[in-house]
Amino acid sequence: MIVIKRATDTLIVFAVMLLVWQALHQFVGDTALPGPVPTLQYLVRFLPTARFAENAWATLVSFFYALILSYAVGLSIGIWMGVHRLSGAVGEPILISLYTLPKITLYPVVLLIFGLSTSGRVAFGAMHGVLPVALLTMNAIRNIPLVYLKSARTLRLSKGQTILTVLLPATIPEVISGFRIGFALTLLGVLLAEMFAAKHGLGFLIINAMQLLQAEEMVTVALVLFVFAIAANALLLVIEHRLHRRV
Amino acid sequence: MSRVGWIRLAVIGTAIGLLEISCRLGLIDHRVVIPPSEMVDALLQLLISGQVNDQIARTFGIVTAAVLISVVLGFALGVVIHALPRLRETLDPFFATYYAVPIFIFYPVMIAIFGLSAIPILLMGVATALVAMIIATLNGLDRIPRILTKVARMHQMGRLSTTLRLKLPAAAPHLFTGVKLVVSYSFIAVIASEFILAPAGLGRIISDAYSDFDNRRMYALMLLLIVVATLVNMTLHTLDQRWAARRGLVKS
Repeated sequence: MIVIKRATDTLIVFAVMLLVWQALHQFVGDTALPGPVPTLQYLVRFLPTARFAENAWATLVSFFYALILSYAVGLSIGIWMGVHRLSGAVGEPILISLYTLPKITLYPVVLLIFGLSTSGRVAFGAMHGVLPVALLTMNAIRNIPLVYLKSARTLRLSKGQTILTVLLPATIPEVISGFRIGFALTLLGVLLAEMFAAKHGLGFLIINAMQLLQAEEMVTVALVLFVFAIAANALLLVIEHRLHRRV
Repeated sequence: MSRVGWIRLAVIGTAIGLLEISCRLGLIDHRVVIPPSEMVDALLQLLISGQVNDQIARTFGIVTAAVLISVVLGFALGVVIHALPRLRETLDPFFATYYAVPIFIFYPVMIAIFGLSAIPILLMGVATALVAMIIATLNGLDRIPRILTKVARMHQMGRLSTTLRLKLPAAAPHLFTGVKLVVSYSFIAVIASEFILAPAGLGRIISDAYSDFDNRRMYALMLLLIVVATLVNMTLHTLDQRWAARRGLVKS
């Protein structure tokens, strides 16, 4: 029952969004914002083209590397700051203030270091994703109930066993939350980088379409990214809920 | 200051010192990063010359407007949604996914609709911050202890005074968390929009300075933004901690 209700709620939200879109389209006209129907028609024509494939691939590649980097660096920092209390106490406010900084201001520095290249976009995407992963991992480790560690000792578990059977399962749900937020922010970072300065990628396509007054293509690419982000988030949410229930 | 605070200061100081030394020794190319001391010098000269005052006023004006709109509207919407449980259940999936969508992909759409002006930038600021305020308001209203309503009834308080004297203070810490998020989200959104495409503003002139290879100006403006953002966030954080301490939630 709950599943059906949730699905209905989601459908209602989508329906309302489509209605708002249509209404906005009626209000501002074709040249500024094409309606849902022409956009879907354009989408069907646009998706099989090589142009879309090339740019989507460029974005995916940057995003993939940036995500790996976010998770690896974020986990390392988080584990270090979670295990070593002093580092955590010293570093946490620094990480939080970096989190609230408009990191886009630093993108020119990234460009000066890496040039206008995939590595620059990867680095910039990772800059966005590292912080939530690190902060949530650190909290996950800090919040492990002491009694878990005591029971591990009572059961005379070895260090390896403790990590595998106690520490990992206890921290994983929150780490996955970090991964979910990191996913969204890394995607944002990569797209911002492409929108600011790039010759490939979906972010570039949107800006390019806007400058060429191709409203249909602009809205279509935005729609593709929107659906991708929502689908990925839903998938990660399902995994997260399942893990939380198990613990 | 606590020991941890001193260590933190030392860590930041060392990082800046290392950057300064590496730049001065030529380990880091002057065309890539200029020494921090030079950034400070450039910023001071820029501020004294008053060349960028209009841009500063413009950007912070838009941020302020976005913050005010988001806080007021977000609070109002939060109150309404809280009063209608069915609406709230329906909106739940919307709130859960809102921040997963890279909302900047809609900035060009906003420009196409409203033209290249301050309006799309303001709208991006509000779009990014508003939902955080709604969620914070819902959280705050959820956590008003039931006992307070009973106390109000015992003392035969009117609706207005119950709201003003009991409910609002009880929800205040959550509302303040919302305000904190609104400030940093609006700031990020406005700067990022100006960066991507804007007729004027701090983000725009940083990106212009980058295109002109004017590193002194670029780093001066970056430093300005970083300093302002950090100061504002630290002030809000300190206020938050102080209020929490007064409520006995954490030790100050």
